[in-house]
Amino acid sequence: MKQVLAILALLVLAFLFAGLVPMASKPGNGAVGDYYATHGIADNRGSNLVTSIVVNYRGLDTLGEVTVLFLSVMGVGFILRRREGTPKYSPVPASPILNTGANLLFGSILLLGAYIFVHGHLTPGGGFQGGSVIASGVLLLILARRDRELSHDLLAWLESLSGFGYALVGLVGLVVAGSFLANKGVLPLGTWNRLFSAGVIPIIYILIGLKVGAELSTLLDIMIREPAPEGGGH
Amino acid sequence: MIYLDVFLCVLTVICAVAAMVTRKLVAAAILAGVVSLIVSYLFVRMKAPDVAMTEAAIGAALSTVIFLIAIRRTEEEER
Repeated sequence: MKQVLAILALLVLAFLFAGLVPMASKPGNGAVGDYYATHGIADNRGSNLVTSIVVNYRGLDTLGEVTVLFLSVMGVGFILRRREGTPKYSPVPASPILNTGANLLFGSILLLGAYIFVHGHLTPGGGFQGGSVIASGVLLLILARRDRELSHDLLAWLESLSGFGYALVGLVGLVVAGSFLANKGVLPLGTWNRLFSAGVIPIIYILIGLKVGAELSTLLDIMIREPAPEGGGH
Repeated sequence: MIYLDVFLCVLTVICAVAAMVTRKLVAAAILAGVVSLIVSYLFVRMKAPDVAMTEAAIGAALSTVIFLIAIRRTEEEER
């Protein structure tokens, strides 16, 4: 009975959304999208239009998105907090293959992540992508160096300061240019397709990259280091 | 090139169905990661590199790892 209902619901949804498919594939649909496509580069001088939309036109939404991530990491940290008296790291050392691989790869993964968010306004990718690449590098380090501890205080400071910086950049825009997270009139926009261009967009994306990297690293570290509770976890 | 895309689309559906059907949780998590990896290639083919990077970093790497950690932590109850 349940399966039949599920299939029926899928068919109804398919019927409802079938009319939308040709509309979505047609370019030049909708006034807002057209405005972004035609004015985006002149407004922001960023060669990656996606970044201009995410950080400038939809900057407030991105601030909300960063807040959601922050709250979820805080929730995980609260639920899985380390009990007193549990060992802080696993006594079993990592295999030599993992150790050597981590030594070889960690630096380049970190560099790739930093490159992605520093060049967020020029090439595909940005703060969220770069931050998650950095977190996957940190994951390798957590798995390889089991006798070392990740400094949660440092990560929390990095994360809080970059979140604070994001809001601060928005307030500077409010004071100087008249609207929250304004880009025009705060910093010189510079020349198109240069590293120092697009006004405050690279600053915000670097802050987002640091924040997302620190948050996801903390999340992974909490989840991996916390030993499984005794007796099945009830 | 179009044949490769069609092949990968079919492979994505097969992996997704296999991830739902299989009784082994670890295999299901790995298959979900494989789905993300293939889909991120398809995003590149559809000229959406930003989405592809997110899908590869979050979908294929981090969420698979989080699933595996969660499976390890709950393995006394069900496998």
